[in-house]
Amino acid sequence: MSKPILSNSAGTLQAVALSERVHWIGVLDPNLRTFDIILKTANGTTYNSYLVRGSEGVAIIDTVKEAFAADFFTRLESVARYDEIKVIVLNHLEPDHSGALPELMRRAPQARLYISQKAQSMLKALLKQDALEFTPVLTGDTVSLGDRTLSFLHTPYLHWPDTQCTHLIEEKILFSGDVFGCHFCDTRLFNDQVGDFRFSFEYYYAHIMRPFKAFVNTALNLIEPLLPLQQILPAHGPMLRDQPQRYVQRYRELSRSALESDIGADEKTLLIFYISSYGNTRRMAEAIYEGAMSIEKVRVSLYDLEGGEIAPFVDLIEGADGLVFGTPTINGDAVKPIWDLLSSLAVVNLKSKLGGVFGSYGWTGEGVKMVEDRLRGLKLRVPIPGIRIKLIPTDEEIYLCREFGLELAQELLGLRTAKVIDLADLG
Amino acid sequence: MAKASITFEDINVTVSAPAGTRIIEISEKVGSAITYGCREGDCGTCIMKVSEGWNNLSEPSVLEDKILRENMAGKHNRLACQAQVLGGKISVKPV
Ligand code: FES
Ligand SMILES: [Fe+2]
Ligand SMILES: [Fe+2]
Repeated sequence: MSKPILSNSAGTLQAVALSERVHWIGVLDPNLRTFDIILKTANGTTYNSYLVRGSEGVAIIDTVKEAFAADFFTRLESVARYDEIKVIVLNHLEPDHSGALPELMRRAPQARLYISQKAQSMLKALLKQDALEFTPVLTGDTVSLGDRTLSFLHTPYLHWPDTQCTHLIEEKILFSGDVFGCHFCDTRLFNDQVGDFRFSFEYYYAHIMRPFKAFVNTALNLIEPLLPLQQILPAHGPMLRDQPQRYVQRYRELSRSALESDIGADEKTLLIFYISSYGNTRRMAEAIYEGAMSIEKVRVSLYDLEGGEIAPFVDLIEGADGLVFGTPTINGDAVKPIWDLLSSLAVVNLKSKLGGVFGSYGWTGEGVKMVEDRLRGLKLRVPIPGIRIKLIPTDEEIYLCREFGLELAQELLGLRTAKVIDLADLG
Repeated sequence: MAKASITFEDINVTVSAPAGTRIIEISEKVGSAITYGCREGDCGTCIMKVSEGWNNLSEPSVLEDKILRENMAGKHNRLACQAQVLGGKISVKPV
């Protein structure tokens, strides 16, 4: 197949035909290097937008980042007039896809906007505009363009709560939004023509989708019944027209754990991570480990952060039930290796895991409290207040650490007795 | 003063608090994992599940109802930064 033609002989940008009735009207952003602060890309990205022509009107699926609106409109104008547009669908409201929406709606005021139910509150916040009319849709809702029909699949958290995919039923095409996308920019546009982009596909999954594995699996339950699909057309990166089902399969593989754990279903896992400068926090960690080990059905592991890399610890944490962090307080703060580990956890789901914190200190011990707050922010539950010990732990304090470990293990098994307190006593 | 007894199921802690106290004030003190954003009923971050004692909480305002609807909250959900305890037994947990 020949290379797609992105502009005509006069240099004017052109839409690219994907079928008789479907065109790509997206834009290339080859200069982007960092996306959303956290994602890297070595060759930029694309903001893919699509146009579908039915016998009774035209639909636009997603727009582009605002700065690229001009290119998007030029491509759109090469295949349709604004007064033909009947339907605008936004699969995802992040500004990289909604940026050109206000201007598009100004140019095509007769068009109806379709967004997911969950997108409603975001629309207002993003566009800072009240008067925008729209129809919220759920899985199974359809919109007719005459001889072409769009049907919606709500796929929350891939990548935001609002995300949805749009199925063009008659052509077996799925407009998948961020799902199956990647930040990769190649003028050849199609998966069977661009350079090897697998690394980028995997990287995108790892950073955007992995925290929401459970949601990926639910979304795949909606998408797999649509197979075989002719094309999967994501909002970023190469369009998947050659064996698109392989990418669906890959998402399924990535959303399962690699190796089944040997730990029984009736057992819980507790990980203790520490870092110690003079050995005091380490002694606390060991005592907590001993205390927790005295409870059956809890598999406890003790790790010194000095001896490990972050990435394998993140995998370990993803599968664990409870996490305990030990840090000295130095200069009024927990130490950097702890913060480095905690800031790498955004890629996994931590909700309702058990958390606990301990540490030694010289003058003040605010590090423990700071890490506890951070754990709560990460949606862990922190039911047992952390222990702080001034410098070298006494025998009595070591005993307290053992109790702390024991209580954490009991908490994991639901064996801790309920606590009743009065608000006034909390100060 | 009338007191209410509210249980945070995620940490298994029950607190007795004066009627009229907002749940946010209690949950932050005991360390339940209910998280907060705007703290004024606007962002929906603090949606929680009320598993017991729905009628022992202050009625949701029109604004709270709207935020709950926009976030597709279920019928057992309230905003922890808005709901006040009125008396009796209440049981909540993060969603
Ligand atoms: S914290 Fe924003 S609504 Fe309660
Ligand atoms: Fe996104
Ligand atoms: Fe995106």
